[in-house]
Amino acid sequence: FLNETVENVRLIDRTAPRKAMVGTLYLSATHTIFVENNPETRRETWVLHSMVASVERPPTTPSGSHLVVHTKNFQVVQLLIPQERDAMDVQASLARLSRPEKYSELYCLSINPNANKEEREESWSFLDLQADYRRMGVPNNLWVSTPANSEYRVCDTYPSELFVPKSATPPVIVGSSKFRSRGPSDPFFSQAAICRCSQPLSGFSARSQEDEQMLEAIMKSNPGSDYIYVVDTRPKLNAMANRAAGKGYENEDHYANIKLQFIGIENIHVMRNSQQKISDVGELKTPSMGDFLWGLESSGWLKHIKAVLDAGVFIAKAVAEEGISVVVHCSDGWDRTAQACSVASVLLEPYYRTMKGLMLLIERDWVSFGHKFSHRYNHLEGDPKEVSPVIDQFLECVWQLSEQFPCAFEFNERFLVQLHRHVYSCQYGNFLGNSQKERRDMGLRERTHSLWPQLWKDRAQYANPLYRADHTQTQGILRPNTTPYCFKMWKGMYNRVEKSSPPRQTPTDLLTAVREETQQLEEELTNHQEVAPGGTAQPGTKQGIQTRSRNAPNERCSLRPIYKFINVSLLITIN
Amino acid sequence: MEFSEHIKTANVEDVVLRRPFHPPMQGTLCVTGHHLLFSNRDGDSSRLVLLLLRNIDAIEKRPSVSSGTITLKCKDLCVLQLDIPGMEECLNIARSIEYLSSLDIVSDMYPFFYRPLKLSLQDQWGLSSPEQNYAQMEELQDRWRLSHVNKDYSVCPSYPPAVIVPHSIDDETLVKVAKFRQGGRFPVLCYYHRKNGMVIMRSSQPLTGANRKRCREDELLLQAVIDGSGLGYIIDTRSNQQAQQARMTGGGFESKSSYSCWKRLHRQLERGKVLQESLIKLVEACGDHSHSVDRWLSKLENSKWLSHVHTALATAGLLAECVERDGHSVLVHGSEGTDATLLVSSLAQLILDPNTRTLDGFLGLLEREWLLAGHPFQHRCAHSAYSHARLRLEAPVFVLLLDCVWQLARQFPLAMGFSEPLLLRLAREVYASDYGTFLCNSDQERCAAGVKERTHCLFQFLLKPSEREHYSNPLYEPTELAIWPSIQPQSLQLWRGLFLRWTQHAVHLEKAQEELRNLVIECRGAS
Repeated sequence: FLNETVENVRLIDRTAPRKAMVGTLYLSATHTIFVENNPETRRETWVLHSMVASVERPPTTPSGSHLVVHTKNFQVVQLLIPQERDAMDVQASLARLSRPEKYSELYCLSINPNANKEEREESWSFLDLQADYRRMGVPNNLWVSTPANSEYRVCDTYPSELFVPKSATPPVIVGSSKFRSRGPSDPFFSQAAICRCSQPLSGFSARSQEDEQMLEAIMKSNPGSDYIYVVDTRPKLNAMANRAAGKGYENEDHYANIKLQFIGIENIHVMRNSQQKISDVGELKTPSMGDFLWGLESSGWLKHIKAVLDAGVFIAKAVAEEGISVVVHCSDGWDRTAQACSVASVLLEPYYRTMKGLMLLIERDWVSFGHKFSHRYNHLEGDPKEVSPVIDQFLECVWQLSEQFPCAFEFNERFLVQLHRHVYSCQYGNFLGNSQKERRDMGLRERTHSLWPQLWKDRAQYANPLYRADHTQTQGILRPNTTPYCFKMWKGMYNRVEKSSPPRQTPTDLLTAVREETQQLEEELTNHQEVAPGGTAQPGTKQGIQTRSRNAPNERCSLRPIYKFINVSLLITIN
Repeated sequence: MEFSEHIKTANVEDVVLRRPFHPPMQGTLCVTGHHLLFSNRDGDSSRLVLLLLRNIDAIEKRPSVSSGTITLKCKDLCVLQLDIPGMEECLNIARSIEYLSSLDIVSDMYPFFYRPLKLSLQDQWGLSSPEQNYAQMEELQDRWRLSHVNKDYSVCPSYPPAVIVPHSIDDETLVKVAKFRQGGRFPVLCYYHRKNGMVIMRSSQPLTGANRKRCREDELLLQAVIDGSGLGYIIDTRSNQQAQQARMTGGGFESKSSYSCWKRLHRQLERGKVLQESLIKLVEACGDHSHSVDRWLSKLENSKWLSHVHTALATAGLLAECVERDGHSVLVHGSEGTDATLLVSSLAQLILDPNTRTLDGFLGLLEREWLLAGHPFQHRCAHSAYSHARLRLEAPVFVLLLDCVWQLARQFPLAMGFSEPLLLRLAREVYASDYGTFLCNSDQERCAAGVKERTHCLFQFLLKPSEREHYSNPLYEPTELAIWPSIQPQSLQLWRGLFLRWTQHAVHLEKAQEELRNLVIECRGAS
């Protein structure tokens, strides 16, 4: 069914159904492509098959069969195909193409990786997790790297390199890990540390001496504190229910010096249903204000986002303000725990609010610590109950924060939307598989490219012009307000502007455009000066260019930007 | 009047003032005829907090044996607290505030006493006159004339002395039409669309009553409006049912049989008490920080404020569409023609007319369409969202306008010459002001009270070079095009700058705006 071609297809604009484009539909191995017939414009619409979430075919009408394609990033493409037969074929092909059964069918593995071997190898060394741990100051005299998991024997969903308290001996580590499916380890360190693990297998009365020693060791690694927080990110009721299955939470009588805190983030099934509802709200055609707000409320989505953010705020406060270490877990320790720890990191550390920092954070807290990407984001045909928008919620928390602190993040909304897209798209190897071990076994580094350098290359379009490393909002810990009125529907995700509505420019987009233009003009100016008669460019000018980095705002004043607005008629369309 | 009669205790020492964004402050509280004055001397530096009594919407006192606490809820939505030593003093001060914050006589109000050095009472009051407005629009002068039929306010007390009407309609006819329209508000021109010569007219409802009375002159006037173009639209800001019901109380609507060339469209805009209660509910929801996301969203929905924003913008969009896209003239009215009518007609002008989107143009629009057109500011803005007083004629129609303008400005950040701080300033000034601009209910009342001779004009002040900078939009880039707002609920937002003004949330956003302004100024300065 490859290379299927259907003529006289209409691409329907959902906001203005009468303004349809007529063209030809092509199905390639990786994309569905619509090319407009109009010889003047010949607009093309490309949909990556791995982004297709569903293809519906409403009842056939006299003018043909409709196909409604929903993508995993909440866009909708509506086609009208003259022949019912063709429509059924396209639907069947798309259904098959969008749900591969084997990794080898995925886009990133279907291209020849050796074509540019050097570039590929380089792409994987773009981020250095070890350097990030060093930046945090580990290993040190209290925290050491343990070889216990180097062959993934202790825990196959953890990375091979883990940091643990120096006082924790190998038997304690192994013993603790047996009492949990995933033993405690440390992803964030200042003086107080954030550690993560899965729930203990405590049931109603079981205990593990090694696990108790492990938590004790974590406390001792933070000199000056006499307790640690154990944050269970589940609602207390769920945690209690888990005890009947031989799992559960720490008994405060058995563990000396812990304070147990439940946060109440709901499970993956609740989140999956909630996201379905909010995306339905985004798709409502002409809702009244009441319909919209009621839909938003009954989806429960913002409530869940608030819960995730609250978890991060609790952890960040404990670490930064009380100086107390925190051990975070949920059930398995790869969903809610990843959310809570990474939100806390964003709040605590300005570095994670930069582009590279956020990449590193995702690489560390999500990729290396065994977040089950392929299961959660439906990369392969699999159990629909395993699917859940876990990282979507983390990215949305970052977006909500950036709305509250518009100057605090180096990146803009587009960067987050792009990250979200690639979690699902499988165009790069980063998010394939469910753990570091699986990725190593698949040999992804040899067979695919990494996303990170690609994003970095395009960083100009992801930059937030309001970001300044020396702005008060950029410094130190972020203290967000989590009062309900601070949460908004993420329009850029769930209600993207469709083609016919006027392209509304935001002031920050405008500034970005201005800055880029300034930069170009300046480069031209420099080039001009470099070839000027006399042969030597003025030393000051050259320096001016080199300091034009986003991270060197102090030098910003030395620039001489030339201000020019982009054509305003682009921003406001006449109808 | 002697204010001192109402001030039993003028000074109290060791009062603690608590207000948003500041640590509690101890100092001296002083009550004057129009202000609360709080001063704190800390070594050499002294700080002064001045609160206009008119700004206080509600006062709650909790006296105890030796001291008392007064909570002041202001019309600008700020909430302050005073801890006053001495029960007697506390009660005296509370009584003074209660009395002095709700003065009824216009000439007792603060604008009549405000005499800053940098302003002179000899300065021009107001920005423009109907005569000047008419003189500027040469292209309409062959079909439209300026009528002085209302020069002594006898034909319509809430209209200005001069209005624009069709050339062929003489003053005698106007007098008859005025008798057929509620409050004498006969149809007058408020906007002329240069592109196609179509106009927006506004009026009050016709007094057809239960027997479907007709008025030949009224029909003639409307016929003269569309002379040549064949068809006009009437946008009635009431539902069809409301318009029908209005006949029972002497009002009514233009029936198809009598006005065959006019097509009526009904769009129900809330007004009066419903709108005031909506504001009260919204502010209540914004002030309660304890509830969950679900409860917040349901309270937000329940307040219906955003629905009112939605309807106002949608109706204005419809009006603008009739004029620009369909090429028809439109008459707007509801019942009195002093509230929803003005809201819709001024929003439509912002959508269509680039001249109203400059700082000067916008203030000019407010002067023409709200002050001269007779929006009863004194009635509508007597109390804001906190007051426990029984509602009388209050309604936040003007605040609703500002909110809608903010939504427009948010969707078209480059199209407006003025900035959010201007809208916020106006939202404050309309309730309590040093200036006389928003006093009284009509031009006639303002003239009678001597507002134009004895107070300063806010609009003139806002256009002074020192202020202009602050209230201009740094991103402004004029466009001749109409700006069609998206009226999808997903595109409309709560105006955080106003309703969450006193939370940390608004402070972060303000800082970002400042950053944006600085960046643009820096870029512009360099080029």
